[in-house]
Amino acid sequence: MNQLQNFTKGFFKENPILVLVLGTCPTLATTSSLLNGMGMGIATTFVLIGSNVVISLLANVIPDKVRIPAFVVIIASFVTVVDLLMQAYVPALYETLGIFIPLIVVNCIVLGRAEAYACKNSVFSSFIDGLGMGLGFTMALGILGAFREIVGSGTLFGYKFIKGDGILVFILAPGAFWALGYLIALINKMKKT
Amino acid sequence: MAKAESTFRNMVLSLTLISLGASACLGFVYKMTKAPIELSALNKKLSAIREVVPEFNNNPNEEMYRLPTGDGDSLEVYPAKKDNKIVGYAVNTYTKKGFSGNINLVTGFKPDGTIFNIMVLEQKETPGLGAKMTENTFKDQFSDKNPTDYILKVKKDGGRVDAITAATISSRAFCDAVQRAYNTLQKGGMK
Repeated sequence: MNQLQNFTKGFFKENPILVLVLGTCPTLATTSSLLNGMGMGIATTFVLIGSNVVISLLANVIPDKVRIPAFVVIIASFVTVVDLLMQAYVPALYETLGIFIPLIVVNCIVLGRAEAYACKNSVFSSFIDGLGMGLGFTMALGILGAFREIVGSGTLFGYKFIKGDGILVFILAPGAFWALGYLIALINKMKKT
Repeated sequence: MAKAESTFRNMVLSLTLISLGASACLGFVYKMTKAPIELSALNKKLSAIREVVPEFNNNPNEEMYRLPTGDGDSLEVYPAKKDNKIVGYAVNTYTKKGFSGNINLVTGFKPDGTIFNIMVLEQKETPGLGAKMTENTFKDQFSDKNPTDYILKVKKDGGRVDAITAATISSRAFCDAVQRAYNTLQKGGMK
């Protein structure tokens, strides 16, 4: 597999949300608006790249039996770094994402990529893998967030362009499930044809 | 380099080193972001105070004092002064009666006890329902009202406040927080 395919697989073939359906908890919870979804996606991308690179660097010195605790320590450190940086420089976004930033630690995608890819591949491929997967995740969150924001509150990036209140349920949890469900169905349909 | 074997020595060594590296890295980032984090929290507080009281030119944050609420807690009061004359008080108040979690408000009073403006600092109410308390259409009804003759209860409970549609609990909680601020300020005496 060349690096280009390695990069693009995160968008369609192995998209973490739409195909692998990993990390759906933060997906459903944070996509009530486009900005929130993208903020979450970018934070996760940063953690993915960081942990993928460090883990592939250290893969040879980490004994197999303790690899999971070692991975978790590395991932948790990156998440804390993101947490502190966001708190310092984008406090508004930090507040809306709230508890979901620290919870990136337990996001299946991050540990999943560490276990399935980074510990077996070179530093550069792991970097590309993290970038592709992260941006694929961001894309899925962006689509969901944009859809829910437009339908649910009639705004996009906070700018109102549809009069009225919108369909409230799409801002709430059930709307998130519907939107994600139909999006996955759509992707499956597109993949078959 | 060959893969490290899972011997006891290797496992302890690798985990120790990784943890050490991680903590060093975190310590560095913590130091680096400490000042900006404090600054942004302060700015948020100051801009909220600026919203809820008439124009002032002192530093309310430095002159902050605490007043007891009467049920064992105390609220932060920020006096706003213009040319050393009191123009208003911003009270950092809260309620535990919210629909989901605590609600934090900054309520601004004029020296005669009239509400000037209210800002929501923190709330976790249902989006689209209770969360509408942050919007002007709801909280503007409190402006220029004096709680002595403006009963801080929703109309359903015999008060004067128009509740948010389908969010009576959140509206009640909002009134509760404002009432708490008012009572505390009245009891503690306007300095």
